[in-house]
Amino acid sequence: MKNMNMLLVGVGGQGTILASKIIAEVAMLEGHDVKMSEIHGMAQRGGSVVTQVRMGEKVYSPLIEEGEADFIVAFEMLEAWRWSHYLTSGGTMVVNEQKIEPMSVLTGQREYPAEILETLAERSAKMYTLDAPALAREVGNLRATNTVLLGALARHMDIPLSTWERAMHNTIPDRFLDLNLRAFAAGYER
Amino acid sequence: MKALLTGNEAVARGAYEFGVSVATAYPGTPSTEILENVAQYPEIRSQWSPNEKVAMEVAIGASVAGARALTAMKHVGVNVAADPLFTASYAGVNGGFLLVSADDPGMHSSQNEQDNRYYAKFAKIPMLEPADSQEAKDFVGLALEVSEQFDVPVMLRMTTRICHSKTLVELMDPQAREVKPYKKDARKYVMMPGNAKVKRVELEKRFAALREYSESTPLNAIEWQDREIGFITSGISYQYVKEAVPQASVLKIGFSWPIPDAKIREFAAGVKQLYVVEETEPYLEEHIQAMGIPVIGKSLFPIAGEMSVSIIRKALGLSVTGPSHPAEDTPVRPPVLCPGCPHRGVFYALNQLRLHVTGDIGCYTLGALPPLNAMDTTICMGASIPMALGFEKANPELAEKTVAVIGDSTFLHSGVTGLMDVVYNHGTSTVLILDNDITAMTGHQENPSTGKTIDRKPAPRVDIPALCAAVGVKRVFTVDPFDMAALRELIKQEVAVREPSVIIAKRPCALIIRHDGTIYRIDHDKCVGCKMCMRVGCPAISHANKKSTINAALCVGCGVCAQVCKFGAILKEEQ
Repeated sequence: MKNMNMLLVGVGGQGTILASKIIAEVAMLEGHDVKMSEIHGMAQRGGSVVTQVRMGEKVYSPLIEEGEADFIVAFEMLEAWRWSHYLTSGGTMVVNEQKIEPMSVLTGQREYPAEILETLAERSAKMYTLDAPALAREVGNLRATNTVLLGALARHMDIPLSTWERAMHNTIPDRFLDLNLRAFAAGYER
Repeated sequence: MKALLTGNEAVARGAYEFGVSVATAYPGTPSTEILENVAQYPEIRSQWSPNEKVAMEVAIGASVAGARALTAMKHVGVNVAADPLFTASYAGVNGGFLLVSADDPGMHSSQNEQDNRYYAKFAKIPMLEPADSQEAKDFVGLALEVSEQFDVPVMLRMTTRICHSKTLVELMDPQAREVKPYKKDARKYVMMPGNAKVKRVELEKRFAALREYSESTPLNAIEWQDREIGFITSGISYQYVKEAVPQASVLKIGFSWPIPDAKIREFAAGVKQLYVVEETEPYLEEHIQAMGIPVIGKSLFPIAGEMSVSIIRKALGLSVTGPSHPAEDTPVRPPVLCPGCPHRGVFYALNQLRLHVTGDIGCYTLGALPPLNAMDTTICMGASIPMALGFEKANPELAEKTVAVIGDSTFLHSGVTGLMDVVYNHGTSTVLILDNDITAMTGHQENPSTGKTIDRKPAPRVDIPALCAAVGVKRVFTVDPFDMAALRELIKQEVAVREPSVIIAKRPCALIIRHDGTIYRIDHDKCVGCKMCMRVGCPAISHANKKSTINAALCVGCGVCAQVCKFGAILKEEQ
């Protein structure tokens, strides 16, 4: 198989790294070579964060090049906008309908771009949006927003649900597992 | 069994598997998680040291005493630790000694992009460069063997993408952990001139032996394929080359000091066009050129920033996929001081008082950004206090307009010596120590003033006010940075005083305390839209349609905005 490239983008503190870990675990369970790259440090102070997961028979570079992401999971709309040019033609985008304004927008120096979702949908046939925080709240905890998004992603990937569940068993502490399985299902069924 | 590990986790696993008994570090991105993970193994005595020089010296002591020892730091940390490193190279080791240097090409979290490969050459110590996490773990074992075999400290040179990328690693059982007996040997370990001169000559003999090793080690391996073009490369750049030009021949350098000259000649003779691909400086390229071998490197590939598959392919005139559409002009989202950060009120006050601020390294460096704009300089760890003194020495009138700002961990790292200088040389500087009870920027590590060790066990605390007093500062004050009026008056008072003073703004980092539920909200009937509250730069406050609003989900109730509002529109809400 050709290598599969997945970009997870969001804002520091949104849980992109845990979501990437679960995807990487899925890749391992499927018997793929896998690399995952993340940048931390200053990122945890509310800055843009991006994690990258690549899987396939043999992966060299841990990084995805422009125009080569098969999947983009955006935890925030502006971050979807920022990284959208990384999507390959025919690629899939899952976007959380959440808006977190950066300082330049809060102070009125810049405007939050209008019609992000509409423009992205015009460009890509495989663009899916959902209000993940609302679904997470419905299943019991806002903190499970990231696994809701994973569920939405899983719906559009060709990987058995049982593998996703095993991956969550292997990566999420027992006391949070049930919540996250429910959140995943909520995202998947959406 | 295979596990998906970051390079940093893999180094820690290597320390566990290959018999390291003592491990030390000062936190610094991208190296921090090495010691955090080593500390998970109770078999290894791990510690945060106050700075990299101390960390290095503790590890050297452990090695001399017979243990396998590891010390880890970011690239600029090696500058701090360079003094012991260069002479430890002369003295050599007893138990294996490994320095892990984590460089940051692209400056994701650093003030410069220095290429620490030159340190290996400069200090005359061998260097290994892993290209993924499996190698990061394996090379820890090899490096310790080389260290003991050749009686020399060894450097493992990592970069951000190796440190922070997860790749598959085969886990093994740990080998026996033993500490060799210590034997007094002054001629080996007392580097006074008479002994060092003997060692200096031995250094060159050791270098010759290491050169032979570099030629024969499988870490420097030729992968023959298409001989039209060949690449010499190392570290993460190897991965980019393999992906960019899969059919090319490659000489992968895993043992990169001393450089294997004969192997390079063999490879160069076997390919038509020779390239060297390396991030940042032309370290390999200059060496190859000095050997008289034609090679293309920095004339084609950039010297600044990170390498990538696309950069290599474009440079060689090969096709790239490219963006699916032009990148959107998107408002940037730099990191910001968190809601409830105790630093916010300090920088607001400094901005209002229009003071010059010599700054330092930590979360509080973000005080330089709009809308706070309250920092004039940031150079390196500990520079804030001496630079404030330098301002005053250059122009005495600046003394009343300048303050130094430094965090608790950075003050203990290398700020206290600067404070001594202020007192000793009759300076009058005002120093603000922002004591948030943790080393915050790197992800909340303990330090000598937090009362806990790396494994969160109780430890004695450095008493910062007493330390400042002991240095000779007579005017030492502690203030709550959320009390904006008191803070402002104290700063005003102390910059005017013609003697050294220290103001300790003390309050724990907002991320290490539990939020008590207090939040603030803005009464839109009273809000006149003056935007004063926007000047504190809090991500919980936004402004639209001439009214400010507080995001209740983000607010942690620090009350700084309420103190800034002149119209009483910002109100406390108990929950």
